[in-house]
Amino acid sequence: MGKSKQIDRRWLFLLIFVGVALPLIFTIGLPIETSKNVQIVYDLVESMPKDSKALISFDYDPASMPELHPMAKALLKHCFDKDINVIFTALWPMGVQMAEDIISQLQDQYPNLQYGVDYVNLGFKAGGMITIQSMGKNFRKVFPEDTNGNKIDELPIMDGINNFNNINFVFSLSAGAPGIKEWVQISHDAYGRPTSGGCTGVSAPAMLPYVNEQKQLTGLLAGLKAAAEYENLLQAPGTATSGMDAQSMAHLIIIIFIIIGNINYWRNKKSDKKGDR
Amino acid sequence: MKRKLPLFITFTVGIILIISEFIPHKPFGQLSGELEIWFLIISGFAILLGQLSLFKVNILKIQFKQRDWQFYIITLLSFITMVTIGFLWGTGKSPGILGHGESISSVMGYKPFDYLFFNVYQHLQATMFSLLAFFIASAAYRAFIGRTLESNLLLIAAVLVMLGNTSLGVFLTSWLPNSLSFLHLPNVSEFIMTYPTTAGQRAIMIGAGLGIIGSSLRIILGIERSYLGGE
Repeated sequence: MGKSKQIDRRWLFLLIFVGVALPLIFTIGLPIETSKNVQIVYDLVESMPKDSKALISFDYDPASMPELHPMAKALLKHCFDKDINVIFTALWPMGVQMAEDIISQLQDQYPNLQYGVDYVNLGFKAGGMITIQSMGKNFRKVFPEDTNGNKIDELPIMDGINNFNNINFVFSLSAGAPGIKEWVQISHDAYGRPTSGGCTGVSAPAMLPYVNEQKQLTGLLAGLKAAAEYENLLQAPGTATSGMDAQSMAHLIIIIFIIIGNINYWRNKKSDKKGDR
Repeated sequence: MKRKLPLFITFTVGIILIISEFIPHKPFGQLSGELEIWFLIISGFAILLGQLSLFKVNILKIQFKQRDWQFYIITLLSFITMVTIGFLWGTGKSPGILGHGESISSVMGYKPFDYLFFNVYQHLQATMFSLLAFFIASAAYRAFIGRTLESNLLLIAAVLVMLGNTSLGVFLTSWLPNSLSFLHLPNVSEFIMTYPTTAGQRAIMIGAGLGIIGSSLRIILGIERSYLGGE
């Protein structure tokens, strides 16, 4: 980047660390505004009648927890508040533990939740898109048992659920492939089920084309910002809300450094021109 | 025969699955359903194959003392530990071959596998992912330089999206009157993401889709044979 000295990147690392850590300890309380896509997801859940069946797929692992876990927690809270029955699946092996962790976090708030009645964890199945396609044809062939080894025919929540026609909406919490794209292509495009999703901020541009007139995706929760907005809609601030202050500070520091980098570049360019003369 | 049989199987299965998309009735519907179940079974074996491959690759690296071979020992030890305790006491509510290990769980608070998963693996992965924040910050500082018109456009779009995707963006422009709401940073960010970004992304997706159709047809018709090994 020319002759002028570059700032030692360790200073940048230190500032990012301080900028992220301090707002997590001392909340700033920056405003949160609901975006269109988050509102659509909220309205979808809100429109579901009591005892609807939601299929929520945990397609992420601990690496994406800071972004997707708050989103999953807020969504599940909303479902349980609305008395929606939730069926968990996972296209990622670690997704099973992610679902279990969320449930264990919510157990204090919802002590009356009954496994097998209000929710069930069907566990992980390898195969990605083919797994979804097979679920669309016959749920029981793909998941004859839940993750605890119970026969799904014996679980009240699974009564009458044979394929996607018996599911009210599908939601994928996805950190990559297989994830939202695969669910859209099968559960919505092939079986016409309302399908929505939550993804990490970096993968949002790849998912946005599915939020269209055909409603391939019914809204999208993209990144920590969307999770914070969802918490705000539920009036239940959680880790996403507090994380937004930290994210804002980190972005601000990056922007300041980009400006400094550009000033350096232009100063070098100017001095180079003077030298040429 | 060694090459012709896999080519014949690929062709037959590929054609059945394509036809079943257009004629989902007997016998194609049932056949494709069965083939999908076979795929799920094979996928299960693929996980096992992956684990064996991980084992083999790491052992070879340790055997020949390749660069940083000590780290491969840690990988193998971690792998063996997790597999062993998973087999012995199970995970979650699933029992292992020694049952649920209640006495160990009462001390640890979790089953041994879950204890390591939630207290070690989860934090290690989160740490690795968090490191990205530092490297992205450093990369942005070095890469986002307005040298040309295109790089200036990228720079401006990046800054607007970065601001618009935080609460700071809301805070900075919330004072704007309704008539200027299109300048509100979250709205600007949403516009960039919904129109230019999505248009570019759609173009990439259509291109990739056509590429997948082309390469799938090459495999089904036996033109592309690299999956059989050799030339």
